[in-house]
Amino acid sequence: MSTFETSPSETNAESGPAKSAARAAEGSGGAKPRPGGNESKTGEIPSFDVTLRIRRYDPEADSEPHWEDYHLTMYGTDRVLDALHKVKWEHDGALTFRRSCAHGVCGSDAMRINGRNRLACKVLLKDLNLDKPITVEPIKGLPVEKDLVVDMEPFFAAYREVMPFLITKGAEPTRERVQSQADRERFDDTTKCILCAACTSSCPVFWTDGQYFGPAAIVNAHRFIFDSRDAGSDLRLEILNDKEGVWRCRTTFNCSEACPRGIQVTRAISEVKQALIARRM
Amino acid sequence: MSAPEQTPGGSYAPALETPRSPYRRSRSTHTNWELYGWLFMRMSGVVLIVLVFGHLFVNLMTGEGIHQVNWGFVAGKWSSPFWQVWDLLMLWLAQLHGANGVRTIINDYAERDGTRFWLKMALYLASAIVIVVGTLVIFTFDPCADPSQTFDFCRPAIDNVPTVTSPNS
Ligand code: HEM
Ligand code: SF4
Ligand code: FES
Repeated sequence: MSTFETSPSETNAESGPAKSAARAAEGSGGAKPRPGGNESKTGEIPSFDVTLRIRRYDPEADSEPHWEDYHLTMYGTDRVLDALHKVKWEHDGALTFRRSCAHGVCGSDAMRINGRNRLACKVLLKDLNLDKPITVEPIKGLPVEKDLVVDMEPFFAAYREVMPFLITKGAEPTRERVQSQADRERFDDTTKCILCAACTSSCPVFWTDGQYFGPAAIVNAHRFIFDSRDAGSDLRLEILNDKEGVWRCRTTFNCSEACPRGIQVTRAISEVKQALIARRM
Repeated sequence: MSAPEQTPGGSYAPALETPRSPYRRSRSTHTNWELYGWLFMRMSGVVLIVLVFGHLFVNLMTGEGIHQVNWGFVAGKWSSPFWQVWDLLMLWLAQLHGANGVRTIINDYAERDGTRFWLKMALYLASAIVIVVGTLVIFTFDPCADPSQTFDFCRPAIDNVPTVTSPNS
C-alpha cells in the first residue's frame, strides 16, 4: 500500500527534499543516501535501509513476548511511525499499535524506542543510529495487551484520582473567570500534557509496583493546584501527600527526559512538594 | 471520590512479561509521615555531610593519619564531651537516615506484603540494636578496660583495685 507517508513522490517541491537530504547528511544519525540511489535526481529524498526490531506479543499465540526483525527501505523524511506503518501494511498486518493524529498531538503512540520513551510519530529515523537495529517496545510498567498496545487503565485511574477538573467556590460569576497573565503563566507548562504516559512509564518508581501516582497524574494536579481560579488545591495536595504520592519521587528526571511536550515534569513534581511543605509550615 | 472500579492488571494472563498487582491504593492516610520522612532525609543528609567529613578529616588527615587510630585514640576522643556528642549525633542520624533509606528500598522492591512486613521488621530490629549498643558504648566507654593500655589516669585506679584474698589463706 502506498500512502503519503511512505511515498516520496507526493513531496513535489524541489527545495524541500533537497533541504532534507542536506539535513540528513549533516545529522548525527546514520542516514546516508543509498549508493547510486540519489545521484541523478537532485531533490530526491535519500533512502536508506533500516532494521526495525519490534517486541511482539500475541496473547492468543505466545506465552512470552519476543523480538522480531524487519528490514525496510525508508526515506529521510520518515519517522518511526512510518516504519511501523510499512511493517503493518506491507509485511505483517497483525502488528498492533496505537496511533491517531500522527503529529504529536493525541498522545496515542508513546513507545520505548531504542530504550527511550518517545512518540513514534515524533522520531525521525534519520536521527537514530541506523547502523544498529532500532528497537521498539511497549512502554514499561503497564500490562501489555498485544504487541505495542498496553492497558492504560491504571494510568488513567491515577489521573482521575487527582480530580483533573476545575473546582470552584461560591456563586457562578456572570462573566468569564478573569486571570492575570502572570497567574496564567504560573501553570502554563503543565497545561501542555497530552496524557501519552511516556513520563509515568519511564519512572523507575512506577515500574516497581505500579502503585505510585506517577508523574503524569502529578503534572495534571499541578495544572489545577497552581491555577488561581481553582479552589480545590487543598484536596489535591492532600491526595498527593499520600504514601503513594509525590514523596515517592526520587528526582530521577526520567520523566522530564521522556516528555514529548518538553514539560519540566520533575520541576512540576518538586513544586507540588514545595507547596505541601509550605502548607505545613 | 470512590476508588475507580476498573482495576485490571492483575487479572491478566500470567504470560505477561511484567505482571502487575492491580491498581489498588489504600485510602489516603491523612498523615504527614512521608512528608516528614522526606524532609528528614534531606536535613539529616546536610548535617551528615559535616559530621562524616569532619570525622574522616580528624581521624585520617590530621596528626599521623590512619596510623594514629587505636584504642588510645578513641579513648582520647571520647574523653571529651564534644566528640561524644559529635559521634552520638553521627550514629543516630546515619542510622535513622540509613534505615529510612532502606525502608524506601524495601517498599520499592518487596513484591509481597508479607515479605515487605518482615524485611522491615528485621530492618527496624537491626537499627534499634545498633543505636542502643552504639549509644551505650559512647557513654559507658571505659578507657582503662584494656589491660594493655598505658594511660597515666588509669594507674591509680589499677593500684586501688582491691586484691581478692580469701579469709582462709
Ligand atoms: C554524606 C551525607 C549524606 C547525604 C547528603 C545524604 C543524602 C541523602 C538523600 C537526600 C537521600 C534521599 C534520596 C531520595 O529520596 O531520592 C538519601 C537516601 C539514602 N541514604 Fe543518604 N545521605 C548521606 C549519608 C548517608 C549514609 C551515611 C547512609 C548509610 C547509613 C545513607 C544511606 C541512604 C540510603 C540507603 C538512602 C535511600 C536510597 C534511595 O532512596 O534510593 N546516606 N541520602
Ligand atoms: S507530562 Fe509529558 S510525558 Fe507525561 S503524559 Fe503528559 S505529555 Fe506525556
Ligand atoms: S499519533 Fe498522535 S501523538 Fe503520535
